[in-house]
Amino acid sequence: MRFSIIVFPGSNCDHDCEYAIRQVLKNPVEMIWHKNTDLKNPDCVVIPGGFSYGDYLRTGAIARFSPIMESIFNFANKGGLVIGICNGFQILCEAQFLPGVLLKNKNLRFVCRNTYVRVDEVDTPFTNQCKNSSVLSMPIAHGEGNFFIDEEGLKKLEDQHQIIMRYCNSKGQITDESNPNGSLKNIAGICNQARNIFGLMPHPERVCEKELGGIDGQLIWQSISNS
Amino acid sequence: MSWHAKVYVVLKPSVMDPQGSTVQRALHQMGYSAIENLRIGKFIEVNFDQALQEQEVHKQLNEICDKLLANPNIETYQFQIERV
Amino acid sequence: MKITPQLIQDHGLKPDEYERIVQILGREPNLTELGVYSVMWSEHCGYKHSRALLKKLPTQGKKVLQGPGENAGILDVGNGWAVVFKIESHNHPSAVEPYQGAATGVGGILRDIFTMGARPIAILNALRFGPLSNLKSRQLLTGVIRGIADYGNCMGIPTVAGEVSFDDSYLDNCLVNAMCVGVIRHDKIIKGVASGVENSVIYIGATTGRDGIHGATFASTEISEKSQEKRSAVQVADPFMEKLLMEATLELIEKNLLIGIQDMGAAGLTCSTCEMASRGNMGIEIDVSKVPLRELKMNPYEILLSESQERMLLVAKPGCEAEIHSILKKWDLNAATIGKVTETGLMVVKHEGEKVVEVPAQSLTDPPMYHPQKLEPAFLAEYRSFRESSIPVPTNFNQILLRLLADPTIASKQFIYQQYDHMVQTNTIVLPGSDAAVLRIKETNQGLAMSVDGNGIYCLLNPYEGGKIAVAEAARNVACSGAVPIGLTNCLNFGNPEKPEVFYMFEKVVEGMSDASVALEIPITGGNVSFYNESQLGPIDPTPIIGVIGVLDDVSKHVTQWFKKSGDLIYLIGEVNDLIGGSRYLQVVHGKKTGICPTIDLKNAKLLYQCLNELANKRLIQSAHDCSEGGLAVAISECCFTGIACGKPLIGAKINMAWHGRMDGILFGESQSRVLISFSPQEKKLVDQILSTYGMTFQQIGVVGGSQLLIEQAVQIDVEYIAEQFFSSLEHQVNSGGKA
Repeated sequence: MRFSIIVFPGSNCDHDCEYAIRQVLKNPVEMIWHKNTDLKNPDCVVIPGGFSYGDYLRTGAIARFSPIMESIFNFANKGGLVIGICNGFQILCEAQFLPGVLLKNKNLRFVCRNTYVRVDEVDTPFTNQCKNSSVLSMPIAHGEGNFFIDEEGLKKLEDQHQIIMRYCNSKGQITDESNPNGSLKNIAGICNQARNIFGLMPHPERVCEKELGGIDGQLIWQSISNS
Repeated sequence: MSWHAKVYVVLKPSVMDPQGSTVQRALHQMGYSAIENLRIGKFIEVNFDQALQEQEVHKQLNEICDKLLANPNIETYQFQIERV
Repeated sequence: MKITPQLIQDHGLKPDEYERIVQILGREPNLTELGVYSVMWSEHCGYKHSRALLKKLPTQGKKVLQGPGENAGILDVGNGWAVVFKIESHNHPSAVEPYQGAATGVGGILRDIFTMGARPIAILNALRFGPLSNLKSRQLLTGVIRGIADYGNCMGIPTVAGEVSFDDSYLDNCLVNAMCVGVIRHDKIIKGVASGVENSVIYIGATTGRDGIHGATFASTEISEKSQEKRSAVQVADPFMEKLLMEATLELIEKNLLIGIQDMGAAGLTCSTCEMASRGNMGIEIDVSKVPLRELKMNPYEILLSESQERMLLVAKPGCEAEIHSILKKWDLNAATIGKVTETGLMVVKHEGEKVVEVPAQSLTDPPMYHPQKLEPAFLAEYRSFRESSIPVPTNFNQILLRLLADPTIASKQFIYQQYDHMVQTNTIVLPGSDAAVLRIKETNQGLAMSVDGNGIYCLLNPYEGGKIAVAEAARNVACSGAVPIGLTNCLNFGNPEKPEVFYMFEKVVEGMSDASVALEIPITGGNVSFYNESQLGPIDPTPIIGVIGVLDDVSKHVTQWFKKSGDLIYLIGEVNDLIGGSRYLQVVHGKKTGICPTIDLKNAKLLYQCLNELANKRLIQSAHDCSEGGLAVAISECCFTGIACGKPLIGAKINMAWHGRMDGILFGESQSRVLISFSPQEKKLVDQILSTYGMTFQQIGVVGGSQLLIEQAVQIDVEYIAEQFFSSLEHQVNSGGKA
């Protein structure tokens, strides 16, 4: 499985993703500067977390106009896999690769801490190694992760099984207390209708080694490798 | 009827606006090369009880701007009041 | 313009300092030159009042690759790797504009680290505010936290540790000290030195505006007559620009294109130009009409003195200029060749073809040095005469423990550190909330432990002991994590040094730090002095902040502070006594900031660190926790519940120890060099043996287990309940205006 990680000015989880994919999971990785247009023939494109363009104006708003975005659009249209993590998710929403928006956290503060998410859809290229309704422990670190979509959009997401993971407590219950940012329906990650583009706020790359407190993030990368 | 105020808070001209210049650079790269001096500020809308005199509304607006809405060290503000 | 006595005074220069300038130049300086001398000879850049004392600090050691005098200190950590670190204050800017002040403080210290070629891997900070019952204090706190968070988060550098405390003495004068730690391979280290005649001097980064032209604000308005607007001294942070600047700088250094590089911090272009020339015994000639400007019609005075952020000055290797410019273009950064290195030893500045400055570079970096008057403050004798027997021993220890755990200085800082991304870069092995943060160095098996610490009250009561304790405690935090402390950086926050009482305290604190550093064999590789921290109540408490770096040769051997397993034995290493002088208990519960400050035996402290290191290396202990503010009872409580911040279950403890004296002193007194450890009963023999070998005083004080904290004859309370208080108190008080 060949991965290409897109580096925007202000990306800062690019090296973390590279380390997890290359050093821990032993997959080949290319780093792609946003001004380029060649994706270097990947099987999966990773849009990493960070603060592309400083998150100025709106998160992801400026990055969507980078030259590389058109290549990603064409790649995804042909069925290529795209995963956007944190700021990557925000960029995918701004670029309308995914529906909805990520608003400021309900308490208006940046929050960095561990969360639990329940995997509600395992029939995707990104979660096929997870058991249905399994609970993963993954950290979040964002100021704007409060997912919002209108009623009609939400219904569509639900009907087409696009809500892949939701914030929950350690027992897998979806509760208000376990919602760290005010996301609608505790949504933590969604995919597009074709199921080849996935955006999520938690950071799987941060929990791929025991020393860092957990390895649940490996399941995401392994799922991609197996698809 | 009540008083409706529109408050604009902007950085003083001598204070750098990193957000504005980043957005301006992006617009330049998108081909809008004629754009200059893009600066980003805040726009606040607020209503006041109609029982207040216009002068009092004016006074309170100045106060809330000085105390909270703007930081006089780096920002200036202006406002408009109308009856709605 | 004629240089008048008024003009000299407005530039903060004394008449004899001006005389010295005239002597150096052999003529009167022009206004621009006067400005250049005034910033370089300011207290902030020139350390006029502190330099004589600071020269006595121990800065040598086997692992020291770079001591004071550069942008940051460097220590060898083995395997070809080195750690680069420094702490700096941004107190006054933060008091004026907390968000921008704190953010630019972080930005400045980051530049100091990556200027040396190191990639920053961690940010730490030490903060002081007035009590939370005060609205202004709460505004300062929330602004400062947001500033630190937004900058570090955007840069992708984790903020991993810190300490925050609250006291009346910081009411109008908050302290914001930021520390940064980076790692580098030995062969990539680069310094702020100019060499090689005719080599190009290149300006990179943000454009120059009129921000931060301080001290001489008047001059800038007078010179540019048309500008009516009062100049703002507040600098605005642009972390996105700095992120680009960092990546570009590290790329330039990685590709070996530079001779030297220096960031533009205080005194901006002036400082970087003359310091680089001076260190290399060279001259530099620049043309400020080539500097990229943000504002119109800036004159050379303003360009030279501007403190616009996120800028660097570099000296290119011959023939590398084109490649340098292409890398900067890739990162969308401004770059301009503004001058060249000369052999004259002069700093020469031209503007539109005219020579506007010509002064010996070294004279700027060699400002006058003062030996201020000192006088022991009368209050010291008063504190010493405090009689502990005047404080009645209370009986409601459950309540007192709860009150201390909810005291914002002691309570969990989770509310704060959750606003910082403390995990990015995936190196953070021990997250915030333990005695020290531990980070791995990915390329090796090693780990770095780091901590910042300082206690203003101890230094107020006894500046010499307080100085010693500041060093010893920061080192103890690091030792508790299993690491060997190898070096320290310091930020000395004091009042006005021209007040003899303030200078007396300063000197004693520095002596204490110095003695501790020698005895503990932890060299001081750099730091920063912040004077003139005064509020309406007078000078702040003398507040040295110490940042210590420790090394773990095998990061998997790190130790955390919380109890792990039911049935494990709990030992207290160190003396048990009942003294309450200078304690948080005395202040919070009895409203008294006085007493005899705890003392410390440095020889014993050194042995304690070695002992902890051996216990960790042999993987004998499950936890180790330093007893600090709040004393033994607070420390035991923290061992019971701080694991939950890392997803570990809380657990009780049953304490039954030998003691005599007053119970409040036993529970909440703050005698030094005390550490709580826990370990499996089967390791008892080995642990006892090692503790005895190092001559430690120790006793078993209890056993881990249950859901309650039981301290015989004193405390019986549910751990879940006290944990709730400990973790929620700070946020609650920030929101409620300081009400518990």
